[in-house]
Amino acid sequence: MLSRPLLVFQLFLRSSRVQKKRAILTVAAIAWGSLSLLLLLSFGEGLKRQLTLANAGMGQNIAVMWPGETTMPWNGMPAGRPVRPRIEDVALVASRVENLQAVTGEMRSWRTAYTYGKRTVNGRLTGANLAYGDMRNHIAEAGGRWLNPLDERYRRRVIFLGFELAEDLFGDEDPVGRSLLVDNTPYAVVGVMKEKMQMGTYAGPDAGHGVIPISTFEAQYGRDRLSVLVVKPERPELMPAVLLNVREVLGAKYGFDPADERAMGTWDTVEGAKVLTNMLVGIQMFLGIIGALTLIVGGIGVANIMYAVVKERTREIGVKMALGARRSWITGPLVLEGLTYTLLGGVLGLVMAVGLVTLLSLLPTEGNEALEMLGKPTLSVEIALANALVLGTIGLLAGYFPARRAASVDPAETLRYE
Amino acid sequence: MSEAALIDEGLPVPARGDIIHMSGIRKVYDTGKVTVEALRGIDLEVSLGEMVALIGPSGSGKSTLMNLIGCLDTPTDGHYELRGERVAGLRREQLAEIRNRRVGFVFQSFNLLPQISAYENVEMPMLFGGLSRRKRRERVTALLERVGLQDRMTHKPTELSGGQMQRVAIARAMAMEPDILLADEPTGNLDTSSGGDIMSLFSNLWEQGCTILVITHDRALARRAPRQVEMRDGLITSDIRS
Repeated sequence: MLSRPLLVFQLFLRSSRVQKKRAILTVAAIAWGSLSLLLLLSFGEGLKRQLTLANAGMGQNIAVMWPGETTMPWNGMPAGRPVRPRIEDVALVASRVENLQAVTGEMRSWRTAYTYGKRTVNGRLTGANLAYGDMRNHIAEAGGRWLNPLDERYRRRVIFLGFELAEDLFGDEDPVGRSLLVDNTPYAVVGVMKEKMQMGTYAGPDAGHGVIPISTFEAQYGRDRLSVLVVKPERPELMPAVLLNVREVLGAKYGFDPADERAMGTWDTVEGAKVLTNMLVGIQMFLGIIGALTLIVGGIGVANIMYAVVKERTREIGVKMALGARRSWITGPLVLEGLTYTLLGGVLGLVMAVGLVTLLSLLPTEGNEALEMLGKPTLSVEIALANALVLGTIGLLAGYFPARRAASVDPAETLRYE
Repeated sequence: MSEAALIDEGLPVPARGDIIHMSGIRKVYDTGKVTVEALRGIDLEVSLGEMVALIGPSGSGKSTLMNLIGCLDTPTDGHYELRGERVAGLRREQLAEIRNRRVGFVFQSFNLLPQISAYENVEMPMLFGGLSRRKRRERVTALLERVGLQDRMTHKPTELSGGQMQRVAIARAMAMEPDILLADEPTGNLDTSSGGDIMSLFSNLWEQGCTILVITHDRALARRAPRQVEMRDGLITSDIRS
């Protein structure tokens, strides 16, 4: 529709100015709409990042398998038999299951007495393989470490503490290198978990438990049946195949049908993450739509002012047509004018949004769980682009329809009445 | 073969010295409720270098005729050639180009664009015509000198007197060196003395070879033109060459 864009631009520069007050109000309306859209999307983004982070706190792309009971008869054996894997099965799964990145067994004591000095705290104790640390996101704070192969091989009495348990026992003291009693047996603290957000749990939050080598656990408590088995495939999409493979391997040993999903109860976090992602996309779309609606109200303001402009300039448009202006040289500058108001408002809104988001990110959120979950509003490039896209569309439409009316001006008609 | 027959056969009509060649022009305004026949069969020839005054009472169809000549509007019926080119059936953009290159308009109320200077007003048709910046500057300067406003170039229309505004409008009408200058009551909003000046300016332009058609209801001014065409009720009632 544009012939000779340079001319259109020249004509735009030479078109008469709108009343200042009107222009300012219109730009302010767009700025406000733009600010709403940007802030809503920023909060959505902050929430998404925070929830994704919290969701990853337990570990990413893992599946937790509980020993269960068979629900199908298999090889002449009836349903209803318990399946109870042992510590040695971790190595079996590791060597037999394909596309497996890592596997760990876990044994648990739900009520363990931790004693340091005169203080005794009851908490959970987990015996785990070394892979557990990476899989379950147990990262040591500076100065400490995670369990190592020697710990496991020699059944050392070493313990890695969750940060809340550590604080309950040691207060402000640095626990690393100190000794404590775990059910009256002395252990050395080798590391404390770095603080993390954790949304999902299957045995209480990680912050409140202690972890010792699975071999040490076996030695101290005299058990070798696993509480759970945690697996992680090489890639998330391989999860169903890996889970089936695990059931095949264990099914062959304990006598159950690999198709019997209840023999090992399973929590597949990949599925959960998908649901969460979809939910967050839904929330963001919802927020975006609300913001866009606000912005559209601003766009109506622009369209309104442009209609007024066309009405005011009817004679001017007629004169230009009499002088030989093509239709696009009438409509082009008007569309450009509408876009200018819109983009001016958009830039203003963006500046305000950046300012507000920066201010909000300075607010302390520690200790307030609601705020912590909400996360910090985050302005991303995608959000700015989405805003620009919505603005551009609104600006074009708000300029186009009034311009179309301008193009339908009949020059003879407008110039007839002197 | 007669010309009408040539047209009916769709054959080219031989070129003549005419600027305007109109025959059987009718213009009907249909507002839905009422139908007004503004022009009821106009035959008009204007030759190169003529100056014609179009007179008649208001409502006689003068302005309608001028709009048709200037391609601002198209006739309901009849045959119209502007310098040998048939105007009927042209597209909007082609009509725009004819208005830009072949016709210069001067209006009663000047119709200058208020927000830009005299210079930029005169330059506007040249922008539409796609003239280079250098050429535009040369021409605008020459035209404003020709109408005696070389020291008012940067003034906005509001800073000019009525007579000066009309001079700017005339310079603008001349911008693309049109075949014909169309002026609709060019002195209607002016006092007698500036009105006289404007008519003298038209006379000068005519002497320099321009073809001019002026609408006026002032017979004294009309008498300055060597040819006077009178209209009444959508018809030409007299055509006098003095």
